[in-house]
Amino acid sequence: MADTGDIICGTESISDGVVIRVSGDIDFSRSPQLREGLLGAINDGPARLVIDLNDVPYMDSSGLASLVEVFKAQNAAGGKLVLCNLQSKVRGIFEIAKLDQIFKIADDVEQATTV
Amino acid sequence: MQDNAPFAIQIASQPRLLCAVRDAVERLAGQWGLAGEDAGRVVLAVDEALANVIRHGYRGQEDRPIWLKLWPIQQGDRRGIRVVIEDECEPVDPATIKGRDLDEIRPGGLGTHIMRKAMDRVEYSRRVDQAGMRVEMEKLNSPAEAPAQKG
Repeated sequence: MADTGDIICGTESISDGVVIRVSGDIDFSRSPQLREGLLGAINDGPARLVIDLNDVPYMDSSGLASLVEVFKAQNAAGGKLVLCNLQSKVRGIFEIAKLDQIFKIADDVEQATTV
Repeated sequence: MQDNAPFAIQIASQPRLLCAVRDAVERLAGQWGLAGEDAGRVVLAVDEALANVIRHGYRGQEDRPIWLKLWPIQQGDRRGIRVVIEDECEPVDPATIKGRDLDEIRPGGLGTHIMRKAMDRVEYSRRVDQAGMRVEMEKLNSPAEAPAQKG
């Protein structure tokens, strides 16, 4: 299993998939761990992958790239990926990259499990 | 003015050092009149520029030098920051450094686009009489965020 360090701080099963909680800044030094952890999670074939970013105060383009890769893999597998609890700085980089128009973004975990 | 930066550091090309640089840039941006989203955009642009040097310029080598200099700037009532980042990377034609088309949904290639969106000015050049590249960026605070107090 890939070493994902402490970047993935929790997982919770839901009826049609899994919620993954991510923690800390997602930058060039940590995005490979995020990528490995999330790609490992979709190996189990969840219909819905919810990524809770409540504890992520900062993300750079390498973090976005990791999420795009997971998004494409999850789409290819016929599953759904939903992001939730984005802090303002993180939402800002999604808007700059226009990825807020591509990803499903929910306000919280509860909403993410129903969209 | 360019040679008397009030903040000038040399760092090694190690990704795990970027968090410390982000903290320093955010604090100085705040001191020099950039708050909230403006300060966050400067932090993002500097972080992206440094990551580009490490990833593309030095191809992941962790023992190469990067120089970061910061100045406060002012235009009328608006205050802001000038950033210069220099390295010893293999020089490239500055005109070839462009962000990719955002309509293409794929990982990677977003850093330069983000820098240009985050800052008012981003200018790449080759270092004069020295090996390496240089990027100079500026950002002034948004008029709505311009603080009344100066100093």
